[in-house]
Amino acid sequence: MKRNAGVGSLGNRAPVTAVPVSRWNRTATGFTGFCALAVAFMAVIPFVIGGPAEQPLITLLTFVAMASLWNLLAGFSGLTSFGQQAYIGVGAYALYLVAEHGLNPFGGIAAAAVIAAVVALPVSALVLRLSGGYFAVATLVVAGTFQIIATLSPSVGGTTGVSVPGLAGYGDVLREALTYWATLAVAVASVAGVYLLVRHTFGLDARAVSSDPVAAASSGVRVGRIRLLAYVVAAGGAGAVGALIALQTLYVEPTSIFNIQYSVYMLFMVLIGGMGTIEGPIIGALVLFALQEWLSAYGAWYLVIVGGLAVAATLAASRGLWGFASERFGWSLLPVGYRVRQPPPQ
Amino acid sequence: MSAAAAGQATTKAPLLEITDLDVFYGDFQALFGVSMSVTQGCATALVGANGAGKTTLLRTIAGAEAASAGVISYGGADITSAPPHRRIGRGIALVPEGRRLFPSLTVEENIQVGAAAAASAQWPLQRIYDTFPMIAGRRRQRASTLSGGEQQAVAIARALAAGPSLLLLDEISLGLAPVVVEGLYETLSGLRSAGATIVLVEQDLKRAMDACDDVVCLLEGRVALAAPVADVTRDQVVAAYFGEGHR
Amino acid sequence: MNWVNAVIQGMLLGGQYALIACGLSLTFGVMRIVNLAHGDLAVCGAYLGLVLSSALGVPVWVTLPLLLPAAFGVGMALQLLLFGRALRHGALAPVLVTFGLSVMIENLLQVAATSDPRGLNGGSLALASFHITGGITVSWLFLTAFLTACAVLSGLQLSLSRTSWGRKVRAIADDLDTARLVGIRVRPVFATVAGIAVATAALAGAFIGTIGTFDPQTGTDVLIFAFEAVVIGGIGSLWGTLAGGVALGVTQVVVGEVNQAYAVLAVNLLFLAVLTVRPGGLFTSRQAVREIQGQGAAG
Repeated sequence: MKRNAGVGSLGNRAPVTAVPVSRWNRTATGFTGFCALAVAFMAVIPFVIGGPAEQPLITLLTFVAMASLWNLLAGFSGLTSFGQQAYIGVGAYALYLVAEHGLNPFGGIAAAAVIAAVVALPVSALVLRLSGGYFAVATLVVAGTFQIIATLSPSVGGTTGVSVPGLAGYGDVLREALTYWATLAVAVASVAGVYLLVRHTFGLDARAVSSDPVAAASSGVRVGRIRLLAYVVAAGGAGAVGALIALQTLYVEPTSIFNIQYSVYMLFMVLIGGMGTIEGPIIGALVLFALQEWLSAYGAWYLVIVGGLAVAATLAASRGLWGFASERFGWSLLPVGYRVRQPPPQ
Repeated sequence: MSAAAAGQATTKAPLLEITDLDVFYGDFQALFGVSMSVTQGCATALVGANGAGKTTLLRTIAGAEAASAGVISYGGADITSAPPHRRIGRGIALVPEGRRLFPSLTVEENIQVGAAAAASAQWPLQRIYDTFPMIAGRRRQRASTLSGGEQQAVAIARALAAGPSLLLLDEISLGLAPVVVEGLYETLSGLRSAGATIVLVEQDLKRAMDACDDVVCLLEGRVALAAPVADVTRDQVVAAYFGEGHR
Repeated sequence: MNWVNAVIQGMLLGGQYALIACGLSLTFGVMRIVNLAHGDLAVCGAYLGLVLSSALGVPVWVTLPLLLPAAFGVGMALQLLLFGRALRHGALAPVLVTFGLSVMIENLLQVAATSDPRGLNGGSLALASFHITGGITVSWLFLTAFLTACAVLSGLQLSLSRTSWGRKVRAIADDLDTARLVGIRVRPVFATVAGIAVATAALAGAFIGTIGTFDPQTGTDVLIFAFEAVVIGGIGSLWGTLAGGVALGVTQVVVGEVNQAYAVLAVNLLFLAVLTVRPGGLFTSRQAVREIQGQGAAG
C-alpha cells in the first residue's frame, strides 16, 4: 500500500535498498547439531545405563511431547484447549483396540495418532466455531463426553477399564526399552514436527490468526484451515501420547486417561517455559519434571503450586523463562522468526 | 507555535495548552512533538489528511490515549496523566469519530451516560432536547435505529450532558447529507455564541475555516501550520495539508 | 414412567442451572472473560455454607446473609487483583488465569476438605414436597431454587434497565473504549459485576449442595453445565440462560428416566447439537455471537 506522501515530494525519495532477512543463524546450526547428538545419546541409554535412567526419561520425554503439541495450539495458533485429554484417551483406547486385533502394540502408536486425528476432524467442525474462553470450555465438554462414552462402552471395559494385550511376549527389560524408544521417537517427532510446521508459512499465518483473526483473514490467510491444521495435528500428537501412556501403564481406565490434569500440566509447561517458542516447552517440561520429583510427596499441594505458578507466570512473566532469556540475552537456539539484518552502510 | 498569535485584540490565557506531545501506538509513532493552544471562547479547526494524527490528538486530549512525552494543561492544571473521567470532570468532552453511540441503549440513556462523570446543571436534559429537537421525539428509541444525522446529534448531546467547557468534535459531517451537516453547524454556531470553546476536526476545509477562528494543520503527526483563519489563505492551508515544500 | 412429572422436574432443575449460569453470562457480557473458575467458586460457596451452617447449627439458608456478602467481596477482590490485571495481558491471559485459579481452588479444597462427598443441611425445606395431581410430586427445594433463579434474573434485568449503574454496565458491554471515553469509571463497575457473579454462584452452590452432594472436583461439572446453559440459551441474554437451563434440565431428567447413565451424555450432545445447528443459541445478540466466534472486537 503506497502512502500518499504528497505530489511534490515523490521525486525526492531515496531509492529503497533490499533489506536482508535471515531465518537461521550459526547458533541454530550448532544447536541443531547438538540436539541430534543428544538424541543419539538418549537412544543408546538402554544399552548403556538401562532401567533406572529410562523411567524418569520416559516421564520427561512424554512431558516434552505434550508441551510441544499444546504450544502449537495455544502458543502459535491462539487455541487454548483444555480438552487435549480427549485425544490422549482416544489414542490410548485406540492402541488397546489395535493390540486386541493382533497388531504390534508399538506399531499401534502410529495408528493411534491417525485415529485421534481422524476423530478430531468432525469435532473441530464444532469447537472451532468458537474462540477464546468459549473454545476452552467447549474442549472441556468434548473431553467429558468422550469420557462418558468410554464408561458406557463395555467393549472397552466401561468404568473398570482394560489392560493392554500383546505385551506378554516381551521380557520386562525389552518392553521397557521399546517403550523408552517409542517415547523418544514421539517426543522428537513432536518437537521437530511442530518446528518444521512453524517454520513453514503455516507458522506466520498461525501467529497472525492468533493475534488478530479479522486482520489475518483480510490479508488472505485461510483462518479456518490454519486452525483446523493446528487442531488436527495436535490431536494426532495427543493420540500418540495417549498410546504411549497406555504402553507405559499397561492399563487404560476412563477417569485417569481423560483426566484434566494433563491439560493442567500442558498449560503449566508452556506458560513457564515460554509460549510461542520451540525451546520454551522443553524447558517447561524440565521444570515440571523437577517440580514433580520434588513435590509429589505433598499430594494436592503440588497442584496448588502448579496452578499458582501458572497464574503468576501469566500475570508477571507471560513470556516464560525462555522468552525472558531470549529477550534479555538475545538467545535463539531454534529460530522461528524473521530477523532483519542491518543493511550494509551506504 | 501558538494559534492565538497576533491578531487577537485581547490576551487571554489559553484554556488548553499542549506542549511537545508524543503519542505512540505500540512501536508506531503517531504524533511528533505537537504543540498548540486553544483560547477560551475560540473555535479551532484541526485539519489534515487521513492518518495525519487528528483523531489521535483529540483522543489524547480527552484521555483515551496516553502521551509518552509532552504536557497537556487545561485551565492551568497539568492533566497529562489524568484519566478520562477526571478530564470530563474538568470540562473536556469528546464527540468521537464515527459517533460511537451505545447501540443497545436508548437515545435518552446515551445522553444520560454522558453525564456519568459530571452531571451538569447547565445542560439538563430539557435544554439538550431544546437544542436538538429532532431527537427529542425519539428519546425512548434504541440509538441504533436512528438516522445518521440524528445519531450525530445524539453523540453531540451525549458530550454536552457533561457540561463541557471544551468541546472536541471529530468529523461530525462524516457520511451525512449536506443539509443535515448545515443544521449541525448551525447548532455549533449557537453553542459558540453561548461562549463554548470548540476544537473541530473537519475534512471540508471551507466549512472548517468558515466556522472557526483558528486553524491547525497536521501533516504526518506534526504541526504544519497554526494560525488564525484571518491570517492565512486557503492555498497556504492546502500547501500545509499536502506537505508541498515541507520536507 | 411419568413424562409430565419428569418434564416438570426438569424445568425446575433448569432454574438451578440458570442461577449458576447467569454469573458466567454476566462476566462474559461485561468483561469479556469466561471465568473457568466459576463452577469452583460455586462449590466454594457450598463448602463455606457447610462450615457456617455446621458452626452455627442451622440450615444453610440461615447462613445466606453472611455467605452472600462474603461471596460478593471475594468476587470484587478477584476482579481487582486477578482478572483486571489479566485483561491487560492480552486475550489469552484471562482464560489461562481463570483455569489456573480453578486448579488452585479445587486442590486447596482437596487439601482442606478431602475428596469425601459432602451435603448441606437444608433444614425442613430440603425434605418437604407436595403433590399437585396424581403422579406429580414437586419438592419444595426444587421449586424454591427455580423461583429464586427467576427472582435473581428479574432483579438483575431490572437493575440493568432501570438504574444508572445498569446503564453504565450496558454501555460498557456495548463498547468499552467509548464507555471510558465518556467518563464511565470502569473498574468499580467491573468489580461490582464480578461481585454479583460470585454471589449468584455461591447462592447456586447452596442449592446444589443441598439437592445433591459435592466434592472438590464438582466445580468442573458445574462449569460445564453453566456454560452449556449459556450457549444453548444464548449469550448476552439473561432470560436466555433460563431457557437454556430449562432445556438442559428437561433433557437430563427425561433421559435419566429412561437410563440414568445416559443423562449427562444426552445433555452434552444437546449442547453439541445446538452448537452445530444454531451456534447463536436461542436468544442471542448478534454482537455477542460474533465475539465468541472471534470475529468481533478482540477481548
